[in-house]
Amino acid sequence: MTALQEKPKAVAPVGPPPRRRGKRATALAGTDKLVLGLMLGIPTIVHLMFVWVPTLGSIALSFSRWNGIGGFEDIEWIGVGNYVEIFTEYPRFWPAVQHNLIWLAFLLVVPTCAGLLLAVLLDRELKFSRIYQSALYMPMVLSLALIGFIWQLIYTPDGGLLNSLLGLSDNPVDWIGDSDINLYAVLVAAAWRHTGYIMLLYLAGLKSVDPALKEAAALDGASATQTFFRVTFPVMKPVNIVVAVVTVIEALRAFDIVYVINKGRNGLELLSVLVTDNIIGEASRIGRGSAVAVILLTISLGVIIPYLYQTFSKENRT
Amino acid sequence: MTATLERPSVPVKNKRPPITPARAALHVFLVLTCLVTLAPLLWAVYASLRTYDDTSVNGYFSIAKSLTLDNFAKAWEIGNLPHFYWNTFLITIPALIITLLLSSMVAFGVSRFSFKFNLLLLMVFTAGNLLPQQVIVTPLWRLYRLIELPAWMSASESLIDSALGVILIHIAFQMGFCTFVLSNYMKTIPYELTEAARVDGASVFRQYWQLTLPLCRPVLAALATLEFTWIYNDFLWALVLIQDGDKMPVTSALQNLRGTFFTDNNLIAAGSLLVALPTLVVFFVLQRQFVGGLTLGSTKG
Repeated sequence: MTALQEKPKAVAPVGPPPRRRGKRATALAGTDKLVLGLMLGIPTIVHLMFVWVPTLGSIALSFSRWNGIGGFEDIEWIGVGNYVEIFTEYPRFWPAVQHNLIWLAFLLVVPTCAGLLLAVLLDRELKFSRIYQSALYMPMVLSLALIGFIWQLIYTPDGGLLNSLLGLSDNPVDWIGDSDINLYAVLVAAAWRHTGYIMLLYLAGLKSVDPALKEAAALDGASATQTFFRVTFPVMKPVNIVVAVVTVIEALRAFDIVYVINKGRNGLELLSVLVTDNIIGEASRIGRGSAVAVILLTISLGVIIPYLYQTFSKENRT
Repeated sequence: MTATLERPSVPVKNKRPPITPARAALHVFLVLTCLVTLAPLLWAVYASLRTYDDTSVNGYFSIAKSLTLDNFAKAWEIGNLPHFYWNTFLITIPALIITLLLSSMVAFGVSRFSFKFNLLLLMVFTAGNLLPQQVIVTPLWRLYRLIELPAWMSASESLIDSALGVILIHIAFQMGFCTFVLSNYMKTIPYELTEAARVDGASVFRQYWQLTLPLCRPVLAALATLEFTWIYNDFLWALVLIQDGDKMPVTSALQNLRGTFFTDNNLIAAGSLLVALPTLVVFFVLQRQFVGGLTLGSTKG
């Protein structure tokens, strides 16, 4: 349905690719035009067809009631009914929103501060620096699903590492099963992986800061702390924006780790789980799931659009 | 050249700052942080090397009586890991190659020629890569059931439940990041190079294939490393788009592993480590490329 509506849009860039502007693309021969059109057109069609057409599909389906299994003729268009239901009746929605917000706040505070601190500490002539960096980056290559498995060995109530270390073996805490604390237990595991990434971004950012700036600040009598907070940190604004975007998107995407642990139930509900439950879980309400997806989309566009603006407006000027 | 040759001989020793208490404290702090970071993985290694009888009697927090590799052999066999590794291989390698190929084409077109829609195109790709997968997944799942394939390509006769479907979404989704990074890199290649080739009568395709791509080798290597880990680590796409447990890639198949032997944590630890192994190897061998790829995507953007 939406696929059909969107097709012309997808094909559009192929039509007039070698539009000549300025003197650069002057002598493009016929075959060159065709080759260039294909080189740009095929990837664009693939991308639009499998990423943006489904995105628009989510928006369209969010106004419908459908079980997803029958044909398109079974789709019943119900306007904003799904949204009304989600906001007023759906019991899992507000907990999921709350958990996503906690997820975001936790990631914005803990791994960002830890990553920045470690980057500042490592950004100097230091023996074994490479080894430290390798160790700290390492969790980054593990999938969140795998991290879910590995951390369960730490959290398990019978003989898990954490309870043993805390001396709670006789009166074990069920870190994963207790719905009051399991979100934070999972967040520690997620932050474990995220910190390395943030550290990497800040290390690159610190290296790109012009040393002359720091020297000038030092000459003016600024202390090391002052130099960092008044000079270095503000100069790293592009990196800060990337960190913010990466963290928000990561918080919205969070899924694998809770799904591996308990399929996103009992204190671990997330918006992403509410969407996926309609296709691989028991619920089969495509309309309601799509409405949650649109809410996710709206939030993510809130960071994607400013990020694009920041990135590409700079490019326009140069 | 001489500068780099001279370096290791004399000045290095003088250059290194003297050991002060502050510096010693810094090292202690960093060593402890690294140990805490590595602890979960080391704990999994320790658990995987112990027998079920040992840990069920003495608990996990105890000195091992004996260490054995039996769990790995068992996980390998019971989990049918070779089969799932093969599934992953069939998805990861084609997806990786085609992603790099297609995104380098777009990046080439966008960075070497100026069209009206260049910026728009780049923005669409970049934004697409940042979307949460759940925004796409429901209609994609339905779309895949609509697209019919001949039986020799997919047993289900549609994109659902086929490796091809997973490959396609990886390509479409990962292209955003690669295009962004590659176009940034290609913009740093002097325009005069392709200009000269064009004057000499090189076709657009030759300018791309024989001139631009070889110059992009470092970025391509970095992106290949990154994309390998990302596609290998994918959990969601395969979980949703493949229903037949037998066709799952290894990361998603971990889910099946646990169902089979829920209580034997040692076995799960061994299985998890085996699944993590390829990415860990890639990381340790190609760490420079891995880190380089991630920084390329961020600092320039």
